[in-house]
Amino acid sequence: MTETLRPETPEQLREAVAWATSADTPLEVAAAGTKRVFGRPCQTSHRLDLSGLAGVTDYEPAELVMGVGAATPLAEIEAALAANNQQLAFEPPDFGPLLGAAAGAGTIGGAIACNLAGPRRVKAGAARDHIIGFHAVSGRGEDFKSGGRVVKNVTGFDLSKLMAGSFGTLAVMADVNLKVMPAPERTRTVLVYGAEDGAAVKALAQALGSAFDVSGAAHLPAEVAAGSGVDYVAGAGRPVTAVRIEGTGASVEYRCQAIRENLAEFGDTEELHSSNSVTLWSEVAGAAYFTAEAETQVWRVSATPGAGPRLAAEVRAETGGRAYYDWGGGLVWLALPPRPDAAHEVVRGALAAAGGGHATLLRAAESVRAAFPVFEPQGEALKALSARIKDAFDPKRVLNPGRMYAGV
Amino acid sequence: MRMPEPDAAVLARRGDIIEQLRAIVPGEGVIVDEDELRAYECDGLTAYRQLPMVVVLPETTEQISRVLRYCHETGVKIVPRGAGTSLSGGALPVADAITLGLGKFKRILEIDYENRSAVVQPGVTNLAITEAVEHQGFYYAPDPSSQIACTIGGNVAENSGGVHSLKYGLTTNNVLGVEVVLMTGEVLRLGGKHLDSGGYDLLGVITGSEGLLGVITEVTVRILQKPETARAFLIGFPSNESAGDCVAAIIAAGIIPAGVEMMDKPAIHAVEDFVHAGYPRDVEALLIVELDGPEAEVADLIARVQAIAEETGAVTIRISQSEDERLVFWAGRKAAFPAVGRISPDYYCMDGTIPRRALATVLKRMAAMSSHYSLRVANVFHAGDGNLHPLVLYDANEPGELERAEAFGADILKLCVEVGGVLTGEHGVGVEKRDLMGVMFTEDDLKHQQRLKCAFDPDGLLNPGKVYPTLHRCAELGRLHVSGGQTRFPDLPRF
Repeated sequence: MTETLRPETPEQLREAVAWATSADTPLEVAAAGTKRVFGRPCQTSHRLDLSGLAGVTDYEPAELVMGVGAATPLAEIEAALAANNQQLAFEPPDFGPLLGAAAGAGTIGGAIACNLAGPRRVKAGAARDHIIGFHAVSGRGEDFKSGGRVVKNVTGFDLSKLMAGSFGTLAVMADVNLKVMPAPERTRTVLVYGAEDGAAVKALAQALGSAFDVSGAAHLPAEVAAGSGVDYVAGAGRPVTAVRIEGTGASVEYRCQAIRENLAEFGDTEELHSSNSVTLWSEVAGAAYFTAEAETQVWRVSATPGAGPRLAAEVRAETGGRAYYDWGGGLVWLALPPRPDAAHEVVRGALAAAGGGHATLLRAAESVRAAFPVFEPQGEALKALSARIKDAFDPKRVLNPGRMYAGV
Repeated sequence: MRMPEPDAAVLARRGDIIEQLRAIVPGEGVIVDEDELRAYECDGLTAYRQLPMVVVLPETTEQISRVLRYCHETGVKIVPRGAGTSLSGGALPVADAITLGLGKFKRILEIDYENRSAVVQPGVTNLAITEAVEHQGFYYAPDPSSQIACTIGGNVAENSGGVHSLKYGLTTNNVLGVEVVLMTGEVLRLGGKHLDSGGYDLLGVITGSEGLLGVITEVTVRILQKPETARAFLIGFPSNESAGDCVAAIIAAGIIPAGVEMMDKPAIHAVEDFVHAGYPRDVEALLIVELDGPEAEVADLIARVQAIAEETGAVTIRISQSEDERLVFWAGRKAAFPAVGRISPDYYCMDGTIPRRALATVLKRMAAMSSHYSLRVANVFHAGDGNLHPLVLYDANEPGELERAEAFGADILKLCVEVGGVLTGEHGVGVEKRDLMGVMFTEDDLKHQQRLKCAFDPDGLLNPGKVYPTLHRCAELGRLHVSGGQTRFPDLPRF
């Protein structure tokens, strides 16, 4: 029977972790719990529920900074930002529906702990690039902070980077300071119809390598495009390549036109306006195309962009399944028919042959995630260093033990 | 500034250490003569000097790995060094340490336009990366003002910024991967041409770690296509407050300029006397606002910024009408440090960051400090991101002036922290701000940072005496303190 601790203040958070440390009791760290099945399963008898540490505390639009409790819902943050025409530029994707949880329920702490980023990653960076400071309690049961409330800061080690993507295995954040950015006045998307994967990724490279400040670059093969909620995409009956342009009105019109001319050699072009654009990129961000077929195993593979199509082709030749591309080809989403080993050797073999990167098994049954590496396996030196870092912050292994790697 | 006490036993082994280094790096790569060592005695923070015990200039990652392993196994300290342009003493030698120079790592290894990346050795200068790709219209975005000389390895170590970081980010946002040698001699590759990392973000942690965690031997950076056009405004204001208001209003209007620089009156006059850039002399504060992008966008934003400037009380507004004129506007700003050097025998450059709203308050209090210390101060300022560069003017030949300048500088940095800012925005802590770390961080904050250091370098051999005022022994830091035996179960909501 899992018992839940629900601190309401940073001091209670410290007490909870200090107790777990002294009692040698591992904690599952969670807030909304929308990504509980992301990562290796943890053996914990207690859950640390952070949802009491929520709320926008210190938002200064003119400073481009927002302070929030770590468990503040993203929806609440995004609403507060939207009221000031601002946004989280890293476009945190909503993996809730893909992972069998509610839509729109995720928190900022979860997005940071998993270092999430949506399609705008290619232009604006990931969660790691937008956390500028935090307070946390380490697995030692001690409070500490790093960073501050200004973006330009090189005072001491950048522990914000260490928090981002650590899946709650080193410290539990109580609050975070975020870098926020103006929201674009206008968003449009140029669609190119009919390009096969290889040509499409070349087209995306051309767009990303242009001066037109592209903020999204995705490619949906025909069978994936068919599942879109946007008519211009679903009804195409062909592969659809998408390039997003954001900014001021005159600039967006000019750049869309330029991109259409630039990419005409790859196929017919079309343009999506605001609401269709928003729908499409939210689907791309959250792998909406793979939500319904809940039995498939979903991989999220970060690779050298130009190598994406070859990687996907190699995997699918072995396993079947479907693929699509974000980040100009550098993020390959794979939905594969279920296998007891999640085809992990096939996926990682193809990734290694494509010049390396990291493959994450985002959705699979618990037994599969327990038996095979969810995250990219590490070489000996890196593994040992990761374990030493875990020792430094959480020597008793009380915070999400084993969530990323066995023993860490 | 106290540095760790040299270890007499290590100094006594100097001959043997030299011999061992020569076995690893043959030929001219080991420097031992005092005359030649002199070239390495300081970096850009010239007030501090120390001859290194010996300098080694390896040429391969393998050699660096062997040097570090040797140091690790025999307890010898080591100080990595790029071009030696650090303004915080990050590359200041240590008396009983080897200085490891990366000057021979000068090759650009690969340019990959399709994947918008370049792979370079750490000794390649920041500007050389842009020069290698600009014939294809590309550039490397971070542009510290020392970019002609400073190297990419040093940029990664310091997480360097530049005047365009407001829009294009710091080094940490533009580096995709590194090869790094750990103190044990192990070689890690972190990141690559793909985005983000699996596992802990050690690339993010290494960036800005000031040479305390490892030695960088290769860097993969992101390159971008240059914007179609760029134009700059020169906007003069009757007060620092109104200039600050203008910057806040531009950002509140959703505009992120490519750069927003500010100068106060003493800086404007020093610059204008030196470069004749056409800056107005009758204003209290001057902004340079640069807008870049497609013509249509820049034209639109120029109109908006002009309107904001007028509303916030600008008394002079000029917009560059040609690329030449834009460069003239910048020439003044870029010459600000040497211009100040002309009006004072010495100057001391500070580097705090503050929330923009505190600008007027900070400048006012800085003026009061200036009278208190009887030292002049000129301010140049990356106004877009709140990064101040006060230049404290002094004369090192006047007894006591250096000490007064340093005390003044420390007061400025404490003020930055007091108003919600930080000690250093881009120059690094190094030795310069080391003893002020306690102003910003608690003992527990610092211990958590130092535990990360312990995971990489448990014996504290890599770049000792930098960043952290007191280095606790790793064994002590690793100990878990559980007060009074078993802590009681916390009294908080349970389910």
